[in-house]
Amino acid sequence: MQKKSILEKYAALWLLLFTIGIWQLICVALNVSDFIFPSPYQIALNLIEFKGEILRHAWTTFWTTMVGFGISIVVGVLLGFLIGSSRMAYDAFYPLMTAFNALPKAAFVPILVVWFGIGAGPAILTAFLISFFPIMVNIATGLSTLEPELEDVLRVLGANRVDILKKVGVPRCLPYFFASLKVAITLAFVGTTVSEMNASNEGIGYLLVSAGSAMRMPLAFAGLVVIGVMAMLMYEFFAVLEKRTTAWAHRDKK
Amino acid sequence: MSESFIQFKDVSHTYDKEAINGPFAIEDINLEVKKGGFVAIVGPSGCGKSTFMKLTTGLQEPTRGQIMINQKPVTGPLSISGMAFQAPTLLPWRTTLENVLLPLEIVEPFRSQMRSKKEEFRDRAIRLIESVGLKGYEDKLPYQLSGGMQQRASICRALIHEPKMLLLDEPFGALDAFTREELWNILRDLHAAQGFNVILVTHDLREATYLADEVYVMSRRPGKIVHRREIDLPRPRDLEVTYTEPFTAIVHELRTHIGKVREA
Repeated sequence: MQKKSILEKYAALWLLLFTIGIWQLICVALNVSDFIFPSPYQIALNLIEFKGEILRHAWTTFWTTMVGFGISIVVGVLLGFLIGSSRMAYDAFYPLMTAFNALPKAAFVPILVVWFGIGAGPAILTAFLISFFPIMVNIATGLSTLEPELEDVLRVLGANRVDILKKVGVPRCLPYFFASLKVAITLAFVGTTVSEMNASNEGIGYLLVSAGSAMRMPLAFAGLVVIGVMAMLMYEFFAVLEKRTTAWAHRDKK
Repeated sequence: MSESFIQFKDVSHTYDKEAINGPFAIEDINLEVKKGGFVAIVGPSGCGKSTFMKLTTGLQEPTRGQIMINQKPVTGPLSISGMAFQAPTLLPWRTTLENVLLPLEIVEPFRSQMRSKKEEFRDRAIRLIESVGLKGYEDKLPYQLSGGMQQRASICRALIHEPKMLLLDEPFGALDAFTREELWNILRDLHAAQGFNVILVTHDLREATYLADEVYVMSRRPGKIVHRREIDLPRPRDLEVTYTEPFTAIVHELRTHIGKVREA
């Protein structure tokens, strides 16, 4: 294998720096007001100035997202196994689940507020509702696409359903599962933020709304940056986990 | 003929549970194979060859008729059989060795001995892997093997639990001509050494003639046996035999029957 050049290896970083540079340049050159479109420099200043407050809100958003995401994994995996394990369950559940997934999750927030009050409750549940679907679908797909020949080979040997699930189903699902975690974690952040914007006194979502209504655009942008960074870090975390655990499914990247 | 190992008596089968009087996937199959016999089944696509395999291994029970394997009626999956298909169906996360060992993790009595006799099983798998020419590839993952190598591993997996009956569904269909001939010889040698029964489903008449003791020609749906040809070429056979006059005559004869079936 050829060794990647420094340019290739840090491609994402270069692009980020380049984008920030252009952004700053445009803001300075056109003398854009901070109120309309703050420059990266202004956003950075706000990040530093309000770091205590931002950190506190970020922590709230982070843990509510993680709790919601945790519930997502448990429920998504269980439902995925249920749906993927039999043709009938697949046919019965799938249309219903698709319909549910099409509903805008933001619309649930007011309902959840009635049930759980404002704060972490609705945020956790919104994060969960928005992010369990990809996990469930991927597990179900991984299970329901077993090669029939392979199943024959094992069934002839006297394998029961549990054997087939253990030896083939579960390992086969793992790449699908990890791929879905990457998608689901970013969705979970969306869910939490949306809920916080509507029904919370804490979290980045709340910060965004209050900074916006106070016309403090650089601070609102700083909040966006924080969410972006958190989602990206978690995404990377699961991407690394995926590569470590299911290297056999990513042969071309070796 | 010494005592028969595989016996089909008026066997018909349909997957449609309501249609007990047909149409059938296969119909009125009668055949008898003696212990250690090698039969090939040839026929056009969709002649019920896969159904035949499912019935023989006990994965399906016949709608009509009776199947006896080793003098006993078949009532459920027969773990004395090993299967391999056109696709190698190896588990991509397991090494060659681990793939070959898979059946031992499932079939009794090996299953309960998996811990105590681990070394013994490992050695057995390694010997088998060496015998098909895969020495040095034991710890490779399937994607690191060529198609022919994967198929060799797949055949090892079918044989590791020392089955009495090996069922092959077009196992060499996806390979290039030279690899295919090489694997013919490997199968020939394994069969000669271990004496299991083989049922080989194939489209390749040369393959059938070269390897089998008997070739059955099946018709289109509903699959019936329309011709049975004993291959009396002396064993051990060598690839040279495929260029001799008696060999080509047999292939030609089989081809004529296939031609009739296809026209019908």
